[in-house]
Amino acid sequence: MTPLALRIALIHLRARGRQTLVSLLGVATGVGFSIAMAALMQGSQLDFINKIIDATPHIMIKDEFRNPAEQPAARRYADGAVALDGAKPTEELRGIKGAGRTVTQLEAMPGLVVAPILRGQVVIRYFGKDEAAAIVGIDPERHRRVSQLAGDIRDGRLDDLHTAANGLIMGDGLARKLGAGMGDTVTVSSPAGVVFKMKIVALFHTGVISLDEGEVYALLKKVQVLQDRQNVVNRIYVKTDDVYGAFDQARAIEARFGYRAESWDEANQDILEALKIRNVIMYTVVAAILLVAGMGIFNVVSTITFEKLRDIAILKSMGFREADIRAIFVLQGLIAGTAGSMLGWALGFGLCQIMSSIEFKVRFATDLTQLPLYYSPWHYAIATVFAMTAAGLAAYIPARRAARVDPVDIIRGAA
Amino acid sequence: MTNEDRQPLVVARNVTRVLPAAVPVTLVHDIDLDIFGGEVMAITGPSGSGKSSLLYLLGLLDRPTEGRIEIDGADTAAMNSDALARLRLERLGFVFQFHFLLPEFSALENVMIPMRRLGRLDEASMTARATDLLGALDLGDLVRKRPDQLSGGQAQRVAIARALANDPAVLLTDEPTGNLDSKNSAAVFDIFEKLAREDGRAVVTVTHDLDLAGRADRRVELVDGTVVSDRHQH
Ligand SMILES: Nc1ncnc2c1ncn2[C@@H]1O[C@H](COP(=O)(O)OP(=O)(O)OP(=O)(O)O)[C@@H](O)[C@H]1O
Ligand SMILES: [Mg+2]
Repeated sequence: MTPLALRIALIHLRARGRQTLVSLLGVATGVGFSIAMAALMQGSQLDFINKIIDATPHIMIKDEFRNPAEQPAARRYADGAVALDGAKPTEELRGIKGAGRTVTQLEAMPGLVVAPILRGQVVIRYFGKDEAAAIVGIDPERHRRVSQLAGDIRDGRLDDLHTAANGLIMGDGLARKLGAGMGDTVTVSSPAGVVFKMKIVALFHTGVISLDEGEVYALLKKVQVLQDRQNVVNRIYVKTDDVYGAFDQARAIEARFGYRAESWDEANQDILEALKIRNVIMYTVVAAILLVAGMGIFNVVSTITFEKLRDIAILKSMGFREADIRAIFVLQGLIAGTAGSMLGWALGFGLCQIMSSIEFKVRFATDLTQLPLYYSPWHYAIATVFAMTAAGLAAYIPARRAARVDPVDIIRGAA
Repeated sequence: MTNEDRQPLVVARNVTRVLPAAVPVTLVHDIDLDIFGGEVMAITGPSGSGKSSLLYLLGLLDRPTEGRIEIDGADTAAMNSDALARLRLERLGFVFQFHFLLPEFSALENVMIPMRRLGRLDEASMTARATDLLGALDLGDLVRKRPDQLSGGQAQRVAIARALANDPAVLLTDEPTGNLDSKNSAAVFDIFEKLAREDGRAVVTVTHDLDLAGRADRRVELVDGTVVSDRHQH
C-alpha cells in the first residue's frame, strides 16, 4: 500500500515541480540557517563561558555574609513587634577571619586550587601624576594556578615580584597614563596612610580596559603592610576541576566557612540569563522561517488536492479509505520536508564553512579572530525535527480535507 | 435455477434518499430491489429520475436516509466508512460515463491500483492478472499506454478492466457507453453479458440507450425517484 501512496505522491509533486521546488527551498533555508545559527550561537556561548571559566576564579570567597548580621534586639524579641530605627553596623575592618586555616582546609579538599588575596585601593603617583588603582596582594605561586595573570604579562615575569624589594606588576594602560615604564619606581599610598616606593617589574595586558588601566599586583605580605592589615586577606580564589559543579561546591564552602562564596555562574548570572534569552530569540526566528516554509508546503499540497479531486473520488469509490487518501498527501509534505531538510543540511554545513573561514579584527584587540563555531549533530537533528513537524502539519490540513471529499459530488460533477 | 432459490448479492429495502436542504430534495423514494448474480440489469428512466442516485446507494458511495442496503446478506447501515470502503474494494466495481483513469499511470498500472490496495497478490501475479483482464477486453497491445493515448472506447474498456481487478461480485456502471459510438457501445454491452452469464456476476447498468436496455435480462424503470416497472426480458 505505502509504495503505491508514495508513487502517487511523487507523481503529483513532479507535476507541480516548480511549486514543489520553491516549498522545498523554503524548508532548506529554514533548516540551513537554523543549523548555521545554532553553531554560531552555541559556539559563541561556549566561547564566552570558557573565557569566564579561564579568566575568573570558579569560586570567589569574599569577606561578606549573604545575610546581614541579626541585630541583638531583634534576636531578643524574635516574635515581638520591634522596630529598630537608625541601627548602624559597627565600623569594622573587614577581612576573612582565620584565612590561613581556611586556605589550608580548602587545599585539603580534592580537586581544588586555592589562592588568598588582599584587595584594596591605592593612589599611585609618578612625577606629579596621580592615578587611583586597585592593588591586589597575591601569593605568586598560588596565584599562578588560579589566574591567567602570568599569561597576560607582556614584559617581565610573575616571579619578578620576588626580585625587587617592593615589586609591582602594572597594567600597561595604567603605566601609559602615568608615563611610567619597566623598572621605574612609583609612589604608592594607601588609605591607611602608609606610603611605599614600588618598582615596576612587569606589565600585563588583558585586553579589558578596566583591568589594564586600573589594577596593579604586589606580594600579599607587602600589600598587607601597605594597607596596615597584617595577616588579613579579603578574598580567596578557588579553581575547581569540576567547573560545572562549582555552584554546588560554592554552596558547600559557604555552609562550612560562613563567608559568601560565589561560583562563576552565580557571579555571571545576568549574562547567562541573557544567553538563554538569545537562544529563545534564535529559535523563534527559526520557527518563523519554518512557518513560512510550512506555508509553502501547504500551498503545494492544497493545489494538488484541488487538481486531483477526480483521482481522489475514483480512488475512494474503488475502496481507498480516508486514511489512505490522507497518507498520499501527508507523504507529499514529508517528502518536501525530507528533501528540503537534506538540502538544508548542505546549506547549513556550507554556511558554517564560510563563517569559519572569515577572519576579522575585534576593536581593541591586536590579533585576528575567527567566529567561534560549535558543531553538533544535534543542531541538524533538531532543525530536521522542526522542519518535518512543520511540513507534516502543513500537509495534514489539506490532506484531511482531501480525504473527506465526497466522491459522489465529484463523480456527479464530472459526468 | 430461479431467483427464489438464490441469495441476492445486493438488496435495497424501502430505500429513500433525501438531500437535506431548505427545500429537501428527494433523489429516490422507497426503492425495493433484489439484485442477483448472473444477470444484466438495466436501469432506465428520464433524465433526473434518480438513476445515478440509486446506483451510488447500491454501490455504498452514498447512504440512504431511510431503508437499508444489504450486501451479501449483511446490512450496511451500521458499518463505518472504512468497512464500506472494504466492501467496495472486495465486492463492487464501478464504471462511470467518464473513465476516471489516473492520467499519470499506464493502462496496466491503472488496472493494478485496486489490486495493490487489496494487497493479496504479489507483483508478478498482479501484473499477470491485469494483463489478462486487459487482454480479454482486447487491449493486449495497449497495456503500456497512458489514458491520453487511448481512444474513448479503449479508455472505457480499461476502466472496466480496473473495475474487475479484484474480481467483484457486482459491477455497477453509470452510462458507461454514454460517450461511445454504437459499435463501441455494443462491444461494451457484449462484455457485460459475458461477465454476467459466464462469470455469474451481477451487472447493473444505467443507460439511456433503449436498444442496449432491450438486450438486458432485466429492466428497471425509474420515474421521479421511484420504480415504475421492473421486468425480466427475453
Ligand atoms: N446535490 C444535489 N442537489 C440538488 N439536487 C440534486 C443533487 N444531486 C442530484 N439532484 C437532483 O436529484 C435528481 C436525481 O438526480 P440523478 O443524477 O440521480 O438523476 P439521473 O436519473 O441520473 O439523471 P441523468 O439521466 O441526467 O444522469 C435530479 O433531479 C437532480 O437534479
Ligand atoms: Mg445520471
